[in-house]
Amino acid sequence: MSPVADIASWALLIGGAVFVVAGGIGLIRLPDFYSRMHAAGLVDTMGAGLIVAGLAIQAGFTQVTIKLGLILVFLFFTSPTATHAVAHAARVGGLKPWAKDKTPDGEAARDGEDGRESGGKDGA
Amino acid sequence: MFSFAAAALVIAMGLALVRAVAGPTIYDRILAINAHGTKTVLLIAVVGFLTGRPDFLDLALVYALINFIGTLAALKFFKFGALGDHE
Repeated sequence: MSPVADIASWALLIGGAVFVVAGGIGLIRLPDFYSRMHAAGLVDTMGAGLIVAGLAIQAGFTQVTIKLGLILVFLFFTSPTATHAVAHAARVGGLKPWAKDKTPDGEAARDGEDGRESGGKDGA
Repeated sequence: MFSFAAAALVIAMGLALVRAVAGPTIYDRILAINAHGTKTVLLIAVVGFLTGRPDFLDLALVYALINFIGTLAALKFFKFGALGDHE
């Protein structure tokens, strides 16, 4: 393994680790379900992509690289499908998106009692 | 370097578990468990390289598939209350 390939693989692994931790922090810190989906998508795309690419550079062109590519392909097909299914279930199930400014003509106000109670709060 | 990536993955998995336990709605929990499963796949792959046994990638492949099926099954069970036929 040449030093250049080693350094490239380390950079990819560290970048992937940063994205994975950022996704984990976002999963804790973001205010509602629909924005937390954004943090989960960060892990599925950049985190998985960078870490698998770093491992593939370490492996060289062997059978291991093919398996890594298969893992990446599976993740790229299944994780958007699963995320869409969860989001669709939440929307159909009646979960409302979080809104900072619940003005009377906003969607949060139109959908029901959420808007009425906030109308009194920030009416000025 | 593999150990750094593995440590980051373990930390992120812990954060996802916190959200899965604390999540106010069932969708938060399912989303957190789905993210946890993705990180499990990556952790298995990284640990395989860390211990010098890339054969672990087969397990990671199986986990990737089980995670997807499990998420959809949990969603369907929550929505219909059963996994079999429904009207």
